[in-house]
Amino acid sequence: MAKNIAAIGDSESIKGFCAIGIDIYPCENVEDCPHLLRNIADSDNYAVIFLTEELFDSVEKERSRYEEKLTPAIIPVPGVKGNTGTGLKRLSSFVEQAVGSDIIFND
Amino acid sequence: MAIMNVNPTRMQLTKLKKQLTTAVRGHKMLKDKRDELMRQFLDLVKENRELREKIEKELSDCNAHFVNASAVMSKQALDASLMSPKQQVTIDVDSHNIMSVETPVFTAGTRTNDKGDIFPYGFAFTSFELDDAVMSLEKLLPDLIKLAQIEKSCEMMSAEIEKTRRRVNSLEHVMIPRYQETIKYISMKLEENDRSSRTRLMKVKDMLLDKAHNYSAH
Repeated sequence: MAKNIAAIGDSESIKGFCAIGIDIYPCENVEDCPHLLRNIADSDNYAVIFLTEELFDSVEKERSRYEEKLTPAIIPVPGVKGNTGTGLKRLSSFVEQAVGSDIIFND
Repeated sequence: MAIMNVNPTRMQLTKLKKQLTTAVRGHKMLKDKRDELMRQFLDLVKENRELREKIEKELSDCNAHFVNASAVMSKQALDASLMSPKQQVTIDVDSHNIMSVETPVFTAGTRTNDKGDIFPYGFAFTSFELDDAVMSLEKLLPDLIKLAQIEKSCEMMSAEIEKTRRRVNSLEHVMIPRYQETIKYISMKLEENDRSSRTRLMKVKDMLLDKAHNYSAH
């Protein structure tokens, strides 16, 4: 079962991905993102969806629908505006969920 | 701890004892599952963290290259160079079972076999900054896919650990004590009944003897 990779974000951040063979979906408005993400994720063509960090926080409800499924994996990446720390924050929330308190990132 | 609402009968007692053994065995197994999941999860999280820090750094370098490229090229030319990719990344999705959690395994493939064949444009009218940007992004791709795989695994495992932890706790602190209390309650009740019927019988025997022979046993 061959699937592709998608990237959603503002066009400045993701146009590089296009050159290396990732399908890009420009999304300039935060409000459009949930709808776009749902369309892409439900089409079942993508194993991995990269989202820029600015958009990542705005689609929490949509993301939770795909949490238990094997694909797509929805992964935040820093956009052109710089790193907001969302990725590491997400990681520490996993640890907190599993262990009960964050024992890895609180140093 | 409240006891269960049951009749204090021998049948209930046997049933509860059986349930208690099952609960204890289940608790032990779930605890082992939780511990093993936790061990693997923590390893994975550490790997995830290192990979993410590396990728975030390199991705910002890539973005810097792109910004440089867009400084020397017009926006239209830049977009035109990038928008018709030669390559297409495909991913084979497999699953890997870690303590009954199905985690994904991504294997990346490309449309053409030539790894160097990534530049979707001619070199004549583009800046070398763009070449750098595309090349460093291409180098980053395997790591990006690995990050996706590990991060998804972490996500699924943390949900499973939470579930297992809750189950272990509810067995340990609610179910098993409740069973034990109820079993204790029933066996005490049965012993009490036993004693009371014994004394009643002795009393009756006394009364009968007294009546028949005018004779007392004591």
